[in-house]
Amino acid sequence: MFRQRLASLNLSSVRTLSLSLVACAFFATQNAFAADPIKIGHIAALSGASAQSGEAITRGLALAIDEINAKGGILGGRKLELVQRDDESNPPKGLIAARELIFKEKVAAIFGGIDTPVGLAIVPLANKEKVPFMAVWAAGTGITRNGAKPNYVFRVSAVDVLVDVKLLQYASKKFGSKKPGLMLINNPWGESNEKGLVAADKDNAAVEIVGIEKFENADVDMVPQLTRLKEKGADSIILVVNTPPGAQMMKSRERMGWKAPVISHWGISGGRFPELAGATHGDAHFVQTYSFFGKLNPTGERVLAAMKKKYPQVKGPEDIFAPVGTANAYDAMHLVAQAMEQAGSTEGDKVRAALEDLKQPYQGLIKTYNRPFSADNHDALGPDDYIMVRYEGEKIVPTE
Amino acid sequence: MLVSSALITGIGLGSMYGLLALGFHVTYAVSNTVNFAQGSTMMLGAVLCFTFWITLGWPVWLAVALALALCAVWGAIVERVAVRPFVQRGSNSWLMATVAIGIVLENVVLFTFGKDPRGMPPTLLTTSTITIAGLRIQLLQLLIPIAGLGIAAGLHAFFRLSRYGKALLAVVQNTSAARLMGINVERVIVGAFALSGLLAGIAGILVAPLFTISSTMGTLFGIKAFAVAILGGINSAWGVVVAGLIFGIAEAMITGLLGSTYTQIVTFALVIVALAVMPNGLFGRSEVKKV
Repeated sequence: MFRQRLASLNLSSVRTLSLSLVACAFFATQNAFAADPIKIGHIAALSGASAQSGEAITRGLALAIDEINAKGGILGGRKLELVQRDDESNPPKGLIAARELIFKEKVAAIFGGIDTPVGLAIVPLANKEKVPFMAVWAAGTGITRNGAKPNYVFRVSAVDVLVDVKLLQYASKKFGSKKPGLMLINNPWGESNEKGLVAADKDNAAVEIVGIEKFENADVDMVPQLTRLKEKGADSIILVVNTPPGAQMMKSRERMGWKAPVISHWGISGGRFPELAGATHGDAHFVQTYSFFGKLNPTGERVLAAMKKKYPQVKGPEDIFAPVGTANAYDAMHLVAQAMEQAGSTEGDKVRAALEDLKQPYQGLIKTYNRPFSADNHDALGPDDYIMVRYEGEKIVPTE
Repeated sequence: MLVSSALITGIGLGSMYGLLALGFHVTYAVSNTVNFAQGSTMMLGAVLCFTFWITLGWPVWLAVALALALCAVWGAIVERVAVRPFVQRGSNSWLMATVAIGIVLENVVLFTFGKDPRGMPPTLLTTSTITIAGLRIQLLQLLIPIAGLGIAAGLHAFFRLSRYGKALLAVVQNTSAARLMGINVERVIVGAFALSGLLAGIAGILVAPLFTISSTMGTLFGIKAFAVAILGGINSAWGVVVAGLIFGIAEAMITGLLGSTYTQIVTFALVIVALAVMPNGLFGRSEVKKV
């Protein structure tokens, strides 16, 4: 009796099991068909001195992905999934991460970080493997203008050559400067901007660069360089450098009691510029692509609200560090998703073609994008999209 | 204007190099060894002072005193760990060991203090300025050369005039004879390394308000200070301080007159030329080898 019961029990459980297995298999194939997630790669400095920039980009991507997934994903219900790798601001590490994301994780697109050298290292691989590479911070001109045809590299960020145009325009319009003097960091970034500024100067009749001075990362006192510019009659200082030496420049300027306005590239916005530069930190006006201060467009209101909810330490715009990273990444993610939808595919070549010919305008944080890219232009933002800001204490406030 | 402002800058930076170079001088004078981690010791002074004063909120006098004391202790540790074991066995590996211990210190600071450079808040020393002939000079810019020259004068007097100072010099001339005369050679050498750490600490705390504080702030200073020590003639206290001033003023003048592109090229080329002409440095005497 007991034995019989056992047998029947066995039989029924085997039946249930096989039924559920069939069901499982059925649903699994269904899943793979409709809702296989689309992997989006992100390679940036997530540790080290520039870690804040990587975190800011991550937030922008995550907010955009949350929105897209909440609406049911793209391409008939496929959700987006972020896969991140830390490049430690090191080009070889960035390249290894890109290989891994492309060949192992099979990402549909890669987003980049703050470092131009890392971006430049990934560009050839992205073009060879036909994977769209979206730069959302690094401003080096050669990232998007890389000579490849077709070119899989796009950017929603500032571009050095265009920033240089803007810096000179701003110096003359805002401060009536006629004779700007350049203070540049002595490295490839400073050099590329020197070329850009000199070229921009040729096209701008209102200003005439009177002197070009360079300094090192470890320079303590830049009074000699500044005195040279002053003696040559400079009436404004154009600054291209990252935070610590930029702060040294401000201290030297303060020490010699020079009041000439400072117009800076955005290098000084990562790090503790107000603390390091001291009393005159507010005299430096610098480029950004976006600010969460002031009146926001509907997208801005929505993103700010979502940020406060997702990141409780964000109470208001003043708590958003490195806002350009978040804003650029947010807009870029939406543009890529829209391109995939338009292409009806995540295949690199089709997404690239769609990005170059986006049909629908997209109302983003920075602006409304109307055909932001074309076959010849892979930079979505230009001088008209840049805004000028300055620090007021820890806050970044617009000056235009 | 260009020349006079370059002079002010050069004297300030030059005194800083001189202070650090004095640290090389004191240990070399008593033991023929130096602490190549002098740059990192300077960084340690600035980092500790910032941590005690700003991060922990202790009174500034206590922060400065404690930071200096710890720099002196650190100097003694360097001697015990990275110099003595090698010298005792007649090896020159302390050259590498002191460089290595400096790198270790920098990385420990990187790990604990953080990668983010920090800035000292403004004080009376940096905010108040005096104007001489249209040139604005910060109080700190006056204080640094005064400290440098004052310490050089003190060291000079100590070595030449005091009994203990003479004992120190005796150690380097003939260690065994000095020991026979009842001089505690080991203690003298540790003392010299502690003093050298203290000098680096003073330099670090003086430069901190003018500079940004980070684990790598001392590296270039250390290299330049060593160049200055050799240029001045490492066995002369006055020599290294004056060489520091010459180096600093040359740097600032070259930047001011030729442009910053040429600063490093010309200053270091000048050092090489000077040493080719005067191999013992500007103020050094050649050592007499007695047979």
